[in-house]
Amino acid sequence: MTVDSFPIIRTALPDQRGAAPPASKPGQPPAPPRIIVHELDLWYGATQALKGVSLDIPDRSVTAIIGPSGCGKSTLLRSFNRMNDTIPNVRVKGQVTISGVEIYDSSTDVVELRRRVGMVFQRPNPFPKSIFDNVAYGLRLLGIRDRAELEGRVQQALERAALWGEVRERLGGSALQLSGGQQQRLCIARALAIEPEVLLMDEPASALDPTATARIEELVLGLKASFTIVVVTHNMQQAARISDRTAFMLSGKLIERGETRELFTRPKEKLTEEYITGRFG
Amino acid sequence: MSPERSNLPRGLSGWRRAINVSALTGAWLCAAIVILPLALIVWHLLARGLPGLNLAFFTHMPKPVGEPGGGMANAIMGTLILVAIGAAIAVPVGVGAGVWLAEYGRGRFAAMVRYTADVLAGVPSIVIGVVAYGLVVVPMHRFSAVAGGVALAILMLPTIVRATEEVVLLVPRSYREAALALGAPRWRAIQEIVIPSASAGIVTAIVLAIARAAGETAPLLFTALNNRFWSLRLDQPMASLPAFIYDYAKAPYEDWNRQAWTAALTLLFVVAILSGILRLSLRRSHGGR
Repeated sequence: MTVDSFPIIRTALPDQRGAAPPASKPGQPPAPPRIIVHELDLWYGATQALKGVSLDIPDRSVTAIIGPSGCGKSTLLRSFNRMNDTIPNVRVKGQVTISGVEIYDSSTDVVELRRRVGMVFQRPNPFPKSIFDNVAYGLRLLGIRDRAELEGRVQQALERAALWGEVRERLGGSALQLSGGQQQRLCIARALAIEPEVLLMDEPASALDPTATARIEELVLGLKASFTIVVVTHNMQQAARISDRTAFMLSGKLIERGETRELFTRPKEKLTEEYITGRFG
Repeated sequence: MSPERSNLPRGLSGWRRAINVSALTGAWLCAAIVILPLALIVWHLLARGLPGLNLAFFTHMPKPVGEPGGGMANAIMGTLILVAIGAAIAVPVGVGAGVWLAEYGRGRFAAMVRYTADVLAGVPSIVIGVVAYGLVVVPMHRFSAVAGGVALAILMLPTIVRATEEVVLLVPRSYREAALALGAPRWRAIQEIVIPSASAGIVTAIVLAIARAAGETAPLLFTALNNRFWSLRLDQPMASLPAFIYDYAKAPYEDWNRQAWTAALTLLFVVAILSGILRLSLRRSHGGR
């Protein structure tokens, strides 16, 4: 059985947008991958959550990581900005190289890494502060105190996150008064304000209604011109709609990776085919 | 619908309704019993304390036995100072320890701190007075406001520590992660995000601790002692409302007994006003949240 017998997935594929990442235009040498994962193992105590994962993530494109619950996709994402460090008893083996820097090297400054690798979480998590202070938080961490500069950068970040028009009149209001979708775009603006190279998104739309989800997806497609985006999602249609490349994970292993169109229409692995045709997961 | 449904006994609803009504009545009665003592205390205090309440009570000093009138200006001031000393010690230490327990508190030492705080909360306040006597009064060779403040600080500490720990643990993990993911070092995430988010709960804990400490007599009996004169010196015995209530209530003079009631009412006001100010300042600093 092939995916062609499942119209829902097929119609969701990005036909018009073109699946090829901009890096692979003919006549140009392909840009080196922004993130290179090599033989990555990760344990939570005695439980192994990642088993020998190797993956290249190209620059300025959207890469989706899909797989059933508990397959390790969030763990893999969180290993790109070392968020797993905050969990006790985590052990990591292998390499993750971002922009040429080995991030698990003992000399790596985690704080600096997280500035370069921004993250958006599953549930919108604005701070209980004003809209302005939310977006300015990362800038203030960098030591920016100048009011005019803060205002300029906050506005730019909110514009990039397609939220400026909705909040320009109430930047001083509490971020918690925004709707769920607006809160999530605020979190994206907050991450973008410090101009990261990579934006990690952990199921960024799973807590949102369809309209808000569509706006986030639209936003992601617009942002890939400037950022390298990695999205974890359990929603295969979403992966098909927004990503250039897709990686499929199962039980801590990377089963298959490739161009999204390719992976959804002609999966090489039997497990991938079974998953995307809905036989498990 | 499954056929088994129709076989369910139907006669229960009347019985259930009866149980519902009686349980509800019982719960309502329990709630009333909780409110009753407080209402009685307030009513009694107002009835007995209000007649003696006048401006002189707040501005004048206690009169010698036999002379009518006079006030408790020194005791009101004394209670404020003693509580301030106690809070000045217990709030930073308690909030710091509570935050540490919540954020880093694993392992044996943390378990020991928790256990100690819990035991300390159960220690009779007079024993805490004895401890402060040994810690401060004996080395200083005199009763003093500082000794009273230390006793009150020890009394306030466990409440603040454990309540702070609990409210800090309630701060969603996602706030910490959001701050860390933006490149905040852990201490800044705690200081700028976690503690402000928990501040309402922390202030409540402080108010509770202050309310309890302000009314304590036993820890002051052999630390701050009492003082019939106006004194702001921290190395001298200091007057306090609970100590005056204790002395005046058991004195054989009717005038003093009346003043004891008024002092009790005043103490209630002092605690209410203190907690009101703290809550108001919190609301102002957090824009209505």
